[in-house]
Amino acid sequence: MPYTTSAIGLACAATAVLVLSPPLAAAQTVVKIGNISSYSGFVAQAADQAQKAVDLYVKEHEKELPPGVKLEIIRRDDTSNPEVGKRLAQELITREHVQLLTGVILSPVAAAIAPLTAEAKVPLLISIAAGGSAIPRISPYVARVSFTLWQQGYPIGMWAAEQGWKKGYTGVSDFIPGHDSEASFAKGFTDGGGQIVGAVRIPPNNPDFAPFVQRIRDAKPDVVFFWIPSTQATALVNAVRDLGLREAGIQITSAQDLLPDEQLPAMGDIPLGLITSGNYSTAGKRPANEAFLAAWKREYADSAIPNFLSVNAWDGMVAVFDLVKATRGKFTADEAMAFFKGWKNPDSPRGPIMIDPETRDIVQNVYIRRVEKLDGKLANVEIATIPMVKDPWKQLNPPK
Amino acid sequence: MTPIGAVDAFAGRHRYHLLEALPWLAAVATYFVFPDYLALGAQILATILFALSADLVLGYAGIVTLGHAAFFGAGAYMAGILAAHGWGEPITGLFAGAAAAALLGFLSGLVVLRTTGLALLMQTLVVATMVAEAANKASFITGGDDGLQGMVVWPVFGWFRFDLFGHTAYFYCLTVLFLCWLAARHIVHSPFGRSLTGIRENVRRMHAIGAPVARRRLVIYTISAGLAGISGALIAQTTQFVSLSFLSLERSGTVLIMLIIGGVGQLYGAFIGVPLYMVAQNRFSEIDPVYWYFWIGLLMVVVVVFARGGVLGLSDRFRR
Amino acid sequence: MSDALSAAVSIGFHGLAFAMVLYLISVGLSVTMGLMGFVNLAHGVFAMLGGYVLTSLMSRLGVPFLPAVLGAAVAVAAASLPIERLLYRRLYGGDELDQVLLTMGLVFMSVAGATYIWGPLQQPLQPPAWLSGAVDVGFRTFPAYRSFLILCGATLVTALWLGIERTRFGARVRASVDNLRMAQSVGIDTSRLFMTTFALGSGLAGLGGGLGADLLAINPGYALQNLAYFLIVVAVGGLGSIRGPFAAALLLGVADSGFKYLLPEFGAFFIYTLTMAILLWRPRGLFGRA
Repeated sequence: MPYTTSAIGLACAATAVLVLSPPLAAAQTVVKIGNISSYSGFVAQAADQAQKAVDLYVKEHEKELPPGVKLEIIRRDDTSNPEVGKRLAQELITREHVQLLTGVILSPVAAAIAPLTAEAKVPLLISIAAGGSAIPRISPYVARVSFTLWQQGYPIGMWAAEQGWKKGYTGVSDFIPGHDSEASFAKGFTDGGGQIVGAVRIPPNNPDFAPFVQRIRDAKPDVVFFWIPSTQATALVNAVRDLGLREAGIQITSAQDLLPDEQLPAMGDIPLGLITSGNYSTAGKRPANEAFLAAWKREYADSAIPNFLSVNAWDGMVAVFDLVKATRGKFTADEAMAFFKGWKNPDSPRGPIMIDPETRDIVQNVYIRRVEKLDGKLANVEIATIPMVKDPWKQLNPPK
Repeated sequence: MTPIGAVDAFAGRHRYHLLEALPWLAAVATYFVFPDYLALGAQILATILFALSADLVLGYAGIVTLGHAAFFGAGAYMAGILAAHGWGEPITGLFAGAAAAALLGFLSGLVVLRTTGLALLMQTLVVATMVAEAANKASFITGGDDGLQGMVVWPVFGWFRFDLFGHTAYFYCLTVLFLCWLAARHIVHSPFGRSLTGIRENVRRMHAIGAPVARRRLVIYTISAGLAGISGALIAQTTQFVSLSFLSLERSGTVLIMLIIGGVGQLYGAFIGVPLYMVAQNRFSEIDPVYWYFWIGLLMVVVVVFARGGVLGLSDRFRR
Repeated sequence: MSDALSAAVSIGFHGLAFAMVLYLISVGLSVTMGLMGFVNLAHGVFAMLGGYVLTSLMSRLGVPFLPAVLGAAVAVAAASLPIERLLYRRLYGGDELDQVLLTMGLVFMSVAGATYIWGPLQQPLQPPAWLSGAVDVGFRTFPAYRSFLILCGATLVTALWLGIERTRFGARVRASVDNLRMAQSVGIDTSRLFMTTFALGSGLAGLGGGLGADLLAINPGYALQNLAYFLIVVAVGGLGSIRGPFAAALLLGVADSGFKYLLPEFGAFFIYTLTMAILLWRPRGLFGRA
């Protein structure tokens, strides 16, 4: 009797061992990536645009991963709070053992996480945040693939001066990204021979732009440069319309944040003729963009329109995939950084891009776009290209 | 207001009761049971101190404030700016943070505490908004929207370094919380503390018996601000970063919510409400990063409908 | 028109339009807070809902502007009723902190709910053709839509004032605000009064939120972003009053715009300092009952 029970027990154990033991095929390499974004808070819109791009890229290109290599992307919400972002990065590193961190929408979150990357030796590839030109200098393990505010402010300042517009005025949101944009436009404009006759800083949570736009109208400049976060874009554009800024003969320029592609359809005809600088427009004419838009449409149909945030996040995934493919999923932080330095993507929907080996920041074309009607719909049509722009702030402020 | 329950009877006794050791034992146990969650744990402990400071004004003195984050942020920035400019000693940083916050509390209290009710609530809101605006404008010191960078915090007592895994941070926050809690408990049970309850319940009578109402309110407001400043300094030092979000309306509102969930005016509400809220938030946002707000909101509504008076209020009802 | 005068008129005009939107949204909050003693931090949710319903009716169902506006107000008023019955009613006369917790919980749920139903993008308002463009009054032009807003606001404040001063319903509301127990003992059905007033207040908020979608952008975070404005209008104006929020909204809208025009760097500070000063001088608000 006892022998029967122990025999059954032994048989059960053996079966269990056989069933549960790993397959004899080659072991899987799982590359864990931490994706920190701000799904809640006032930039939820941006997080959504970026997430759609990431999901789409992974879906379309998963099969390109080397055999036996799987990618696991762990998403976390920093709730737009930098200390939460920092803690999440810590947890992703110590608990989930991620090999790489990516994403990050708000530059203060990136600034908070950067020192961690050096201490823990885990690279951070910033794929969306654009503020804080100096962030890659905080740690040698930080690289950026999106854009910087100086990169889009300086060229349009220069371009505006080249159009013969002599007197310039800036109107920006009164916090650091606004200040950076103001400084970058002013530098570009004055370097191009123009003169800044005034600058107004708008409180960040301000709902009504009328008083500020009125001030600008009173000063009668030739051109005005605005920078406000995309969430306030419609309000500013309406104020421009209501106060008749253009009717007063003032040219209106801004950065792409003012007229993101997904908000254009809802703005009516007001933005026609507005000029912005940016690194991506859905109207960009290149085969890579057409392929990207086609893939997007297949997946999301009309429920979403991609914008520059989507393409930035998309390219972030391209870089990650390239890294994983080149190293077969096994890389140290130093190897990853060596790979990112000088990494190129000639076929990005935004044109050729590269990560500068010296500054670890993005180098890309900057386009001057004007809102025009294409096929009955508004689009940011690229009217000029400034090729392969390096972040001007770093060039003007070399490390000490 | 909340009924005087059994827990209040415990807290009402000046002698220490065995049950009061529970939160501290739990905290120490957490260190061993959840070694991967120490960073979150340290932030929870610091936030408990923040909620405790809010309880002193809200639960004991009856001052409803929507601007307590101003003191939290003031302490954080004070400690942070010191650490970013060469003085990274943590303990003196805490004192500096407390002093800065208490000063802000005293000055704003002189203006704000002249009113009651909705006007008081609005005044606290306005003060906090102005402080946040000032911090944004002074971005050359505070780092503005980018946050305070370059903070270097020295090891505690020259020995315990703030590491990536949060070991030092956890015990640092736990010790500071314990000491501040002792102080708060002492205040609450002192005659001064009792008079605060009187002021909360029936101001006219307090005036009638000659109690210096305005002065007492100002004192507790200042002390509470100082404690909030310490909690802000703790977070600043353990994360080595300070940003404008430390001063936000959202932060003031959230600490209020956590406290109400735990139970107001019973000293231990913070110890229950804060971990409950923060762990729930952490879990919800891992499960559903986009919609966790919904579940947290639902939790809050459920607590109000079924568990009036917070968790401690619920436990009171069970004891009857 | 001279430049400075023209600028002043422009600022005054735009500030007035902004004030009207704030008023429409906040008047309901003032009355319900004064009447029911209920701290309704979720009031902004009703305004937001009005905005969403309006923009959805217009863009998805092609409903013309005016019917859509009325539809939004009615829909929000109707939606507010079950919330009042099931949730708010439990906390009347209760602890303020419970009310804070409940309403903040509703706000949080609204953020996620709005994101789920309408997505995270802000919903822009397309004013109808007859309200686009500008109105020429001879010596200058004014944007048509903002002129419409001012007209609406002025009409509504008159209608509300007449309603509160001249109708039986208004008398009952005034009585209950002044002394609830007396009103009850005189036979006023306060329970039904609360319900009706709440629906009215929420409907007005929905109206204001919809009409003001140009100024206060309709997005999931609406209720949180604008909470401070609504509270300031109500606190400065005085609880339980129709005129109070009007005066406060005018102050906030016009003075705010003026300060921001003259001294943009410190614009925001002036309005906060002004609020503090007013609350120190009149803690119950400009028109609050003593």
